[in-house]
Amino acid sequence: MTSWEIFLQQLFNGLLVGSFYGLVAIGYSMVYGIIKLLNFAHADIYMCGAFSGLIILGFLNPYVGNEWLGIIIALLLSMVLVGLLGVVIQRVAYRPMLKAPRLSILITALAVSMILYNTVLLMTQGQYKPFTTGLTHESFYIGALRMTETRMVLLLAALVLMFLLHMFITRTMYGKAMRAIALDRDTCQLMGVNVYMIIAITFFVGSALAAAAGIMAGVYYGTVHFFMGFLIGLKAFTAAVIGGIGIIPGAMLGGLLLGLLEAFGTQIPFIGSSWRDVFTFVFLILFLIFKPNGLLGRIESERM
Amino acid sequence: MAEIKNNSQKNTPVGMIVEQLYLFFDNKVPRYLVMSAMTAFLIYLPLSSSRFTQEIMANLFFYVVVCLGLNIIVGFAGLLHLGYAAFFAVGAYTTGILSSVYGVNFWLTLPFSIIAAVIAGLAIGAPTLRLRGDYLAIVTLGFGEIIRLTVRNLEITGGAIGLIGIQRPVLFGVVLNQITHFYYLFFILAIIAIFVSYRLHDSRLGRAWEYIREDEDAASAMGINVVSTRLYAFIIGSAFGALAGSLYAAKMTAISPESFMFIHSVMILLAVVLGGMGKIPGVILGAVIVTLIPELSRDIGQFRLIIFAVLLLILMLYRPQGIWPERQGISTKL
Repeated sequence: MTSWEIFLQQLFNGLLVGSFYGLVAIGYSMVYGIIKLLNFAHADIYMCGAFSGLIILGFLNPYVGNEWLGIIIALLLSMVLVGLLGVVIQRVAYRPMLKAPRLSILITALAVSMILYNTVLLMTQGQYKPFTTGLTHESFYIGALRMTETRMVLLLAALVLMFLLHMFITRTMYGKAMRAIALDRDTCQLMGVNVYMIIAITFFVGSALAAAAGIMAGVYYGTVHFFMGFLIGLKAFTAAVIGGIGIIPGAMLGGLLLGLLEAFGTQIPFIGSSWRDVFTFVFLILFLIFKPNGLLGRIESERM
Repeated sequence: MAEIKNNSQKNTPVGMIVEQLYLFFDNKVPRYLVMSAMTAFLIYLPLSSSRFTQEIMANLFFYVVVCLGLNIIVGFAGLLHLGYAAFFAVGAYTTGILSSVYGVNFWLTLPFSIIAAVIAGLAIGAPTLRLRGDYLAIVTLGFGEIIRLTVRNLEITGGAIGLIGIQRPVLFGVVLNQITHFYYLFFILAIIAIFVSYRLHDSRLGRAWEYIREDEDAASAMGINVVSTRLYAFIIGSAFGALAGSLYAAKMTAISPESFMFIHSVMILLAVVLGGMGKIPGVILGAVIVTLIPELSRDIGQFRLIIFAVLLLILMLYRPQGIWPERQGISTKL
């Protein structure tokens, strides 16, 4: 391959992986924006999404002839189911803690993460599960770029989801309420916004997007396992920080950027793929040193 | 932290008894009596117990040291640290490399392991402690994973297999290779850790940590440098961890990346939170619970972690201050 072809190939890979990061990062960013909580369980919600997609797909496959139709139904169903899971978690574990010290709610989030993670670990016996979709992986070329239909659709789907979310945040009443609560929760309450309902909706949307990313990652990589959320959780957080945590377009941008950085970073001969995750992390530290508010972030002053 | 449900337990009969017990132990005379009785018992224990008991107890002392180290960061300074096992690994690998590759005497590796932990603590803490506490949580979480990946990728750390043949320490001409030796070694270390923790807690620095934990803005207004004070907590805690890691390496003589998984960080944190963040006897109690319950309940296997997690959740929801919490105002009462 010529260097130009490698460049194109890595560009596409980076965008695709980056869009997964972006979808997960959105959930971190939304929750952080609205209740200033770093939701550790989010990465596990992503993993639960992948597994629920796998299970639903297992039920559907005999009945639905078309592979893509099956995946889309599984995707939508899982998004709803996992979205509800997110709402339940929020209701049980986070809502009673909203007024508690910050350390307590972080530990609660950690506990929820451990419960989800270990439950799936027990159920799957820690094994890798094949994510069978029945899709063919025939590749074709667009110019010099080797492509499969699957990857095209995945990238497209991720972008469509991001666009829909953007519309939801900027054009609907609920989106407006979310942005208002992020600015000032108490005033919103005084203005008659049902704050708890909006927080629940935020968790629903964030979790649903993470579930979608989980299923898409399952289709892309072909396997799912209980540990899949851990690293992507860290990376999605990095993406959220790069874009400016709490800012939703920032999370999308950060995800895509991080994906590209990783794709090109591993091409540097000295770094190589075994150091890929270390590379991401060093990047996070550098960002925290030099631009802690992220690319799109504003300098925030704490109100007392 | 304490205004939340601090009184909720007092209304039940059990709660009243527990309250009275806490009050009892907050007095100096009974506390010292109980402490000397326990010390005497623990010194005598290896003379009359099996190797298995000694192994568990040595492990327990070790956990006490690690938990007290983390308590400086989480309990005293109120910072959530999710990668404590990584600092532990820094210490263990520093000792491991110096001892097995370069043949340095074990005791001489300890200063190096502390220096390594301080450097790592500065690299992680300095950029993140300026920001909100949550950043530290995720960065330490990431750091834990990075250390594991790094020691797995590097050649000098023995890759995925790890290091073997770490020298046993020699003390007064005796090679420490019996479990009884390590029992006493860790016992002494635990006592030192408890002593240092108390001294830190009652020091000017300890009060500054408490102030920042309770009200960052007020502390800052009173002239406390929030960032550097937090950094002290982070570095001292990391050094504790590294020291414990070095001794762990000497006890095991072999270490591998899998000895320092995320789950270990979580268990240490769990012990601190369970017992009562900031309260030294509480943390020791937490360490006892976290080490002994798995030993007593080996049959339930993997359910253990789910049960622990549910326990943690319930604890946070109903008694966020832990089993044996720090009493408000006790350190300021003269």
